[in-house]
Amino acid sequence: MSTSQHSLVDELKSGLDAPICLTWELTYACNLQCVHCLSSSGRRDPHELTTQEAFGVLDDLAEMQVFYINIGGGEPMIRRDFFDILDHAARRGIGVKFSTNGAYLTPERARRLASMDYLDVQISLDGLDAATNDPVRGDGSYALARTAMDNLAGAGFGPFKISIVVTRHNVAQLDGFKALADEYGATLRVTRLRPSGRGADSWHELHPTNEQQREIHRWLLDHGDHVLTGDSFFHLNALGESLPGLNMCGAGRVVCLIDPTGDVYACPFVIHDEFKAGSVRDAGGFAAVWRESDTFLALRQPQSAGACASCGQFDACQGGCMAAKFFTGLPLDGPDPECVVGHGEAALLEGSTPPLMLVDHSRPVPVTLLAR
Amino acid sequence: MEHRVVTLNPDVALRPEPFGALAYHYGNRRLVFLRHPDLVAVVYALDGHRTIAEVLDAEGIAPRRRASFVAALASMLDSEMLCERATRANHRDGAPLRSSGAVIGAPPVVPLSFVHTAEVHQ
Ligand code: SF4
Ligand code: SF4
Repeated sequence: MSTSQHSLVDELKSGLDAPICLTWELTYACNLQCVHCLSSSGRRDPHELTTQEAFGVLDDLAEMQVFYINIGGGEPMIRRDFFDILDHAARRGIGVKFSTNGAYLTPERARRLASMDYLDVQISLDGLDAATNDPVRGDGSYALARTAMDNLAGAGFGPFKISIVVTRHNVAQLDGFKALADEYGATLRVTRLRPSGRGADSWHELHPTNEQQREIHRWLLDHGDHVLTGDSFFHLNALGESLPGLNMCGAGRVVCLIDPTGDVYACPFVIHDEFKAGSVRDAGGFAAVWRESDTFLALRQPQSAGACASCGQFDACQGGCMAAKFFTGLPLDGPDPECVVGHGEAALLEGSTPPLMLVDHSRPVPVTLLAR
Repeated sequence: MEHRVVTLNPDVALRPEPFGALAYHYGNRRLVFLRHPDLVAVVYALDGHRTIAEVLDAEGIAPRRRASFVAALASMLDSEMLCERATRANHRDGAPLRSSGAVIGAPPVVPLSFVHTAEVHQ
């Protein structure tokens, strides 16, 4: 890494005037019930932001010159004012990328999306076939996602995104995912599985093995220039060669999350009181939370490397992901649970107490975990 | 490069930050960190009428720093953050076309970082 990149990361670690990667989950309601859902979505929360409040958030973001936002959920297209929110964002000059499971992406809606400017659509898929995908995302979800892709392609949307969470069961399909994306003229995005939300329960069975982590690292080195990763695999840099992208945890510094009820968290993967910074409903709105909350100001202070300090790889790996440590009950200033030199695994074996999940909108129906 | 007339691409927005500014291209979704306040001032001053040399003069950029400013602007032009207005047919005679890169000591660097897709850590 060049020195100038180094100091960029240092600058970013001390925080920006406004986020550059803001995720806004519009609703906790979802037609699916994925076993690794980072927001434990399912049921709508009665306190979700109203349309007027949502417009107010967009106005605040426009004022702060947030260039673009990532919209997610739950399933954001479930909201009846979904298109009104998209239109308002466009009016205020905010680019939008939204993530969807595709269930509501009819040919008609695909045409409407295709007619809009500065809009990216990202379809979630976790397997190359129903047999791999559906145990994680739910029965019929593979077909839903493929139909949505066909509809976007049919509407001439252009290069949409296909987003994969890499698990133990789909590592071997990375080449296949790339081929699928190419077939559609789409962009492939692969991200790391974190033990957040319902992922806390499924992580132990789903996260890639150590051997597979090497495979992922190799694959990303070979394909990284043409594949988006959200810079989420930087813990793999400890294997040697660094992956392209910013090598840092952006939580509360350049990244944050607004949840469906307006609560602001340090990142989409830490929906927990510990990382709650405030609410867009507070006096001063989002800007005050971003600029003044104690939670965020603390994250912008230099962080201790803790048990990782003695590891020669710390500069490359930064000790990994805060969310991954927190939800597996590991100390935040120590190794990532997937530390490639095995320190995380060892710490987990010694015993850890994962935190209680405080925000859970899962539907109260029994979910069959990984029916395989 | 110095005789060219460039301006901020209309698809690009600038946002002030403690280290300088962020530039975002709504079309190609690139994010650029302009990591020096002087570079930000120069970019704001590009008005599509004056040549780069004229703008650097007007902003009082010292000769030994010019090469790095020109390089930064060239890479912004490459990535379409800047766009070219039709080069003025008769730019002022004697406008310096060469950049004075030969300086003794550390080269004055105008740090500029590109993030190719604006998707940063998620
Ligand atoms: S010990 Fe810490 S710094 Fe070293 S590889 Fe593991 S997580 Fe990374
Ligand atoms: S906590 Fe993890 S997912 Fe969140 S910004 Fe930090 S590294 Fe990324």
